[in-house]
Amino acid sequence: MKLINSETHFDFMGKIKIAMTVSGLMILIGLASILLSGGLKYGIDFSGGTLVQLQFKTPPDINVIRDGLRTIGLGESTIQEFGTERDILIRVPSSEEKLKAIGSQVRDSLGEHFNKADITIERVEMVGPKVGSDLREKALLSILYAIIGIVIYISWRFELQYAIAAIIALIHDVLVTMGAFSIFDKEFTLVIVAAFLTIIGYSLNDTIVIFDRIRENLRRKGKSTLTQVINASINQTLSRTLLTSGTTLLVVMALFLFGGEIIHDFSFALLIGIFVGTYSSIFIASVFLVFWASRARA
Amino acid sequence: MYRDLKWKIPLILAVVLGAVWLAYPLKEKIALGLDLQGGMHLVLEVKVEKAVEASLDRLADDIKRDIAEEDLEVDRIKVILEDRQVNVRMVDKVDLPSAKKVLEKYAFFRLVREDSDGLGLVYQMSADQIKQIEQNAVSQGLETIRNRVDQFGVSEPTIQSQGETRILVQLPGVKDPERAINLIGKTARLEFKLLDEENSLQQAISGNVPEESEILYQRIENKETGEVTKDPFLLKKRAVLTGETLTGAEIRFDSDFNEPYVALNFNSVGAMIFQQVTRENIKKRLAIVLDGNVYSAPVIQDEIAGGRAQITGRFTSEEARDLAIILRAGALPAPVVILENRTVGPSLGQDSIEKGITSIIYGGLLVLVFIVLYYKLSGIIAVVALFLNIVLLAGALAYFGAALTLPGIAGIILTVGMAIDANVLVFERIREELRNGKTVRAAIDAGFSKAFHTIVDANITTFIAAVVLFQFGTGPIKGFAITLCIGIAASMFTAVFVSRAIFDGTMSHRKLDKLSI
Repeated sequence: MKLINSETHFDFMGKIKIAMTVSGLMILIGLASILLSGGLKYGIDFSGGTLVQLQFKTPPDINVIRDGLRTIGLGESTIQEFGTERDILIRVPSSEEKLKAIGSQVRDSLGEHFNKADITIERVEMVGPKVGSDLREKALLSILYAIIGIVIYISWRFELQYAIAAIIALIHDVLVTMGAFSIFDKEFTLVIVAAFLTIIGYSLNDTIVIFDRIRENLRRKGKSTLTQVINASINQTLSRTLLTSGTTLLVVMALFLFGGEIIHDFSFALLIGIFVGTYSSIFIASVFLVFWASRARA
Repeated sequence: MYRDLKWKIPLILAVVLGAVWLAYPLKEKIALGLDLQGGMHLVLEVKVEKAVEASLDRLADDIKRDIAEEDLEVDRIKVILEDRQVNVRMVDKVDLPSAKKVLEKYAFFRLVREDSDGLGLVYQMSADQIKQIEQNAVSQGLETIRNRVDQFGVSEPTIQSQGETRILVQLPGVKDPERAINLIGKTARLEFKLLDEENSLQQAISGNVPEESEILYQRIENKETGEVTKDPFLLKKRAVLTGETLTGAEIRFDSDFNEPYVALNFNSVGAMIFQQVTRENIKKRLAIVLDGNVYSAPVIQDEIAGGRAQITGRFTSEEARDLAIILRAGALPAPVVILENRTVGPSLGQDSIEKGITSIIYGGLLVLVFIVLYYKLSGIIAVVALFLNIVLLAGALAYFGAALTLPGIAGIILTVGMAIDANVLVFERIREELRNGKTVRAAIDAGFSKAFHTIVDANITTFIAAVVLFQFGTGPIKGFAITLCIGIAASMFTAVFVSRAIFDGTMSHRKLDKLSI
């Protein structure tokens, strides 16, 4: 079985303008969305706050829950369904240390409208503001370190210009995924940072396979131009690129569909990241390689 | 021709059997993270400055006593908390030099200035001493919490310090997290204080509190309605006796109403003080105060010898039992606050496990079917490699004692995707070589050797990201990073080494003209 013809001759480099427009638009829309919504939406990991997940025996009315919460001064909390109608997630903006027993406080406040025995406290997460800002700093640093480590490795294995092209591609991926997060109104949490780091690693995977082929073909390029070599290399690795991304997307899709609510945003980030990562390996990374080479020659 | 198979096959078998041995039975060998088995993750901050304050207060008392012993007249000793200073005020200027002499034995106090009226001395506590007090507060706090948790009965708790002033507590599978928080987080400063019966409580409440006294409250909770009322008491600030002299605390039930109470035992010093205080204050009221809350304030009927006392207070037996545990384990040297709390109930954890496994199975099956359709017989080799990959992953997790978390399961799923990638790289290369007219043998050789560097390069970047993630991440994230690292290593081994051996093994028996790929 073959997905695509064994010897394709798509003119990828001829589609650069379209690709750049598409990427530019995606990034712009994403950034616009982030700006319009007043920055990234941080989850409690980074902003500090408290989160209580309750399971009810029968689907509750969210307004009734809010009335109950109002009696303990938490009327301003965000209340939403979490996966099913019976699972309710309550986010309390504050993380005061006094809120020690917030789980049972919340449950008790609902005692008037529900049978307390029908409510299970599934999860309580409280992150103090100090820890939140610590984690934020750590997360940023970790992304930075990962990028530095990867630049060093690629410049060692290839050349600096390859490394820079790869980094531009992965920054592209991170920006697009971030934008998608903002558009879909999803929160940034620790787990999402983990997803981003994975995307960074994974996006490079494709890029490197193509780079590897470009390097191999350059050694015996004959009279072809760099653009032709790159085009040929992308074509030669195309079926592998699509196949791998395809299978990885399949498993991540399984995670997205069956993994449950807690890991939902994580798999969402991976889905987008892997998709965009594949696209950027073909278009963005190679484009910058050509761009670099043409400048070096001029 | 395939001589190296002679050592490759036994090596592969050994590695796989080793992994199976390490990981079997899965339930016992692979630890589950708190997010999967349910449990509590707490980060506490020790309010070390409170320990410094308490130490300054105690020292002020000591200094006062020492100066008085020299027959010098002290006006008063004031603690200046924010500057970590004590101000020694004397009645007579003449006594100042002698007072200085007394203070010489407090080596960690440095004289910083004299008051302008010539009656006072200001001493500064040294930074080293402050640091020492703070470190002690954290290490003693850690020990105390460990004692409390041990008596509470949680299997395999983790209690360790984190940074300079933080304590990490992990209680896997804890049934009643809120009770555990109460148990761990209570300072448990037990004090016996006499009621100030010379002054009026009413006047004190209206704002006129005598300098040596304070108002504390007794919280009374109506168990039926949950209503809380607060009764004020005017107490002498100075505690006549504290929990430091306790040797034991246990739950008892009174014979009349079968109500639980906590029976206390003091050491000989405590017993002596208790006897003296009760003798001197018959018919007066003595309040039992825990963390600033009055529990009861009985009238002293008689001199009490033998060093026994009891705390009553309409406890449930659970509350009384926990209180006894806390008192036995001792007070925290400084209060703690919760910086981070992540608690997952057992049913949610179970749910996450099931969903994780479901996604692995569906994801795995999809890939499996696809790869066999796509690469036919060679695809089956990839599937075998994939399967071994998961076995190796399980073995490595067990070997490193790394806990499996929900993101860790996601890591396994990603590994499945990546393990396939390495095979795909090789297979596509083989196909390409076949197209270029090479023989099956030559194509396989070229495919593996040419794809090898690509596989390494492509995987190492993900590996770098995963290592960084491991460094920075906590709990669940670490679990993800570690499965990803192991998964990458295992997938390189299975794709490059195992798949190759299988190809070679099948070809050693017959000569193939066509490869099913």
